[in-house]
Amino acid sequence: MTNFRDHMGRPIVAVTGIGVVTSLGVGKADNWAALTSGKSGIHPITRFPVDHLNTRISGMVDFLDSSAKGASPLTYELAETAAHEAVAESGLDSSDFGGPLFLASPPVELDWHERFSLYNSDKQDAGAERLLRVARGLKELDIFETTQFGSIADRLADRFGTRGLPITLSTACASGATAIQLGVEAIRRGECDRALSIGADGSATAEALIRFSLLSALSTHNDIPEKASKPFSKDRDGFVLAEGSGALVLESLEAALARGATVLGILRGCGEKADDFHRTRSKPDGSPAIAAVRAALADAGLGKDEIDYVNAHGTSTPENDKMEHLSLSTVFGERIGSMPVSSNKSMIGHTLSAAGAVEAAFSLMTMRESVIPPTINYDNPDPAIVLDVVPNKKRNAEVRSVLSNSFGFGGQNTCLVMAREPV
Amino acid sequence: MSSPRDVVITGIGLVSSLGEGPDAHWQKLAQPGLQPVLEAARFAPYTVHPLPEIDWNLQIAKRGDQRQMETWQRLGTYAAGLALDDAGIKGNDELCATMDMVVAAGGGERDEAVDAAILAASESRNDRDVLLNEKLTTELRPTLFLAQLSNLLAGNISIVHKVTGSSRTFMGEEGAGVSAVETAAARIRSGQSTHVLVGGAFQTEHSDMLLGYELAGYLHRGPWKPVWQRQGAEGGGVVSGSGGAFLVLEQREHAESRGRKIYAELGPVVSGRARRSRGELDAEIAGLLSRAALPNGKLLALSGASGAHAATSAEKTALDAVGTIAARGFSTLTGHMKEAQFPFAVALAALAVDRKAAYPVFDAAAEKPFEGIPASVLATAIGYHQFEGMALVKSA
Repeated sequence: MTNFRDHMGRPIVAVTGIGVVTSLGVGKADNWAALTSGKSGIHPITRFPVDHLNTRISGMVDFLDSSAKGASPLTYELAETAAHEAVAESGLDSSDFGGPLFLASPPVELDWHERFSLYNSDKQDAGAERLLRVARGLKELDIFETTQFGSIADRLADRFGTRGLPITLSTACASGATAIQLGVEAIRRGECDRALSIGADGSATAEALIRFSLLSALSTHNDIPEKASKPFSKDRDGFVLAEGSGALVLESLEAALARGATVLGILRGCGEKADDFHRTRSKPDGSPAIAAVRAALADAGLGKDEIDYVNAHGTSTPENDKMEHLSLSTVFGERIGSMPVSSNKSMIGHTLSAAGAVEAAFSLMTMRESVIPPTINYDNPDPAIVLDVVPNKKRNAEVRSVLSNSFGFGGQNTCLVMAREPV
Repeated sequence: MSSPRDVVITGIGLVSSLGEGPDAHWQKLAQPGLQPVLEAARFAPYTVHPLPEIDWNLQIAKRGDQRQMETWQRLGTYAAGLALDDAGIKGNDELCATMDMVVAAGGGERDEAVDAAILAASESRNDRDVLLNEKLTTELRPTLFLAQLSNLLAGNISIVHKVTGSSRTFMGEEGAGVSAVETAAARIRSGQSTHVLVGGAFQTEHSDMLLGYELAGYLHRGPWKPVWQRQGAEGGGVVSGSGGAFLVLEQREHAESRGRKIYAELGPVVSGRARRSRGELDAEIAGLLSRAALPNGKLLALSGASGAHAATSAEKTALDAVGTIAARGFSTLTGHMKEAQFPFAVALAALAVDRKAAYPVFDAAAEKPFEGIPASVLATAIGYHQFEGMALVKSA
């Protein structure tokens, strides 16, 4: 008889549907084929002019209908597309999902194109006064909706028939992992049998790029875009801004098996710990990230020797990769030198609010396919970071368990532990 | 019957135009006929309830930290500090390091001068995308981005107050505040958390914060009126206010073991998403009232009604239909505080339970008096545009 409870007596949480969109394409099949062949989705920016910009490359998703329509429409379409794939795979009703929705998405703002068009539709007054006057004369809600933080989730809730008040969240670059964690926790608390967790980010606007650029966070290796993201390399110089989405259908194992669903993997543990050191930098001793990894292992009921592979946060910034190495080597000790640790971001860039969900999707596929996607662009190893990064070429390997890390501005550290089998 | 895993409220941090702290709010709000603090000129034709004078140093000791934030984050960090102080947690490293946090947040302030300059230049340029790059790359203050990021209110609370057990930020106007309180309570009831900091802040004195309402015409214009009396007046009915509300929610056993004063117990927290365009709001509010396990007899309600015409009218009708509810629309005196609205409602409800007295009517024309001791108080937040929630706060 299958045991439906975990080591702490909570319902075991299974994954029964996975969806993903990145600059590499729509859907698991295209993404997996590209990832395992070491293909990069990073390309020159064409969505807006790059005059005056230090960074002129990105991993934007340029092939969706909403790609040129602004951050809100694109984030919705990314979320909808990934969720549609996940729900379809799960076999649940795609218009009557019947569980709660947790959406990780970027903070919204009035798009500059809307600002320009509102402003220039009138001549009276100036600045904010003019915008406000034009705003109150608008007859349609379309622009308003793009400025409401809950609107994307509201539309998704309509589209998929999720239950209750949807939660839209941000934990910066850890958001996607937090959306999954919230779903896992809701099922464990017995509030629901299933949850839809989505991370989506279509916010790679000029202003977003400039903001990260002013913080010196982005790579400026523009000449060969596909080589710019090089996690754990000595010459890494920042992350590559990117877009994407990942969606998981989470279900209690009991409910999933009862309806005859295919179990794609187990969401076994989640851990988090906030950092109080600095707004963008981690505590030098790495203690919050270390605590988050340990919390995830403890929550999963797994020892440090029971993790087969680490899907790294691996952003390719000097700071992150150093700190991630420090925290992993502290937790896993000498074994870290021989444990595969790879970064999907070497190929897809940093999908920000979506990253944790996208990388959870790829982690689950890694276990199912017994293939570890490589860290590409690993031509010049950082001697201070001794890791088996699965350099440049995929590796066939039995992977029974994965640790996936997500760290973000504002001291956000969230780690997920996934397993192939329930026990 | 009390249980060790009940959710109790042991800390309240409040800031609004009325002042700061639970005592100041109680003293003001308990005065019959209190007049609101209004600012009608600065954002005319809109009226707002402005922030009181605040000495940020009292809760944000380092000037360097203050400089990294704009007013919204300072306000939230300040209100959070008040709540931690009130609960006896501030400065207790162990309690802070194990404390979970759920913040309801919108976004921070943009640089109005830079935006205005770009808009002005856009009148004479057709290459507006290039203009944008040109101006933003040279005129944006690099760290302003961090003051705008939604999750950096929580980030600053971690840095300033050392709350580091976990940190989550929910977005989505009033609904974010509802979900934050609901999730925090669920964590405590299930034993996942022993103590949680939950709340939000809203700083309305910025044109973009007004624009967030006015793109759908939600703001009230013309002479100020109490929240229940704006139907038919010029504009959309919302008068916004700057403020913040944070609560320390704690497992009863945890609070008792450290000998803390308990304001009130947080009973059921219920939430919903009416598809309002399909006319579901009335039924949704009625459904929430039935799920909130209301006690028999008369009941005081702290209503977060925004003044937005449709939502406020639906809420008023639903509360009146119960027959025994005496509602207090606190937005009349504080303005609408968006993400902070629901935590604020819960805080005011807890204060009434703790002080064993009801608030006088905030609007004699629309509200009924309440005599006696309110053993339970309902808190509501029916979103001005979307999402709904309620909680029942009970004597501990």
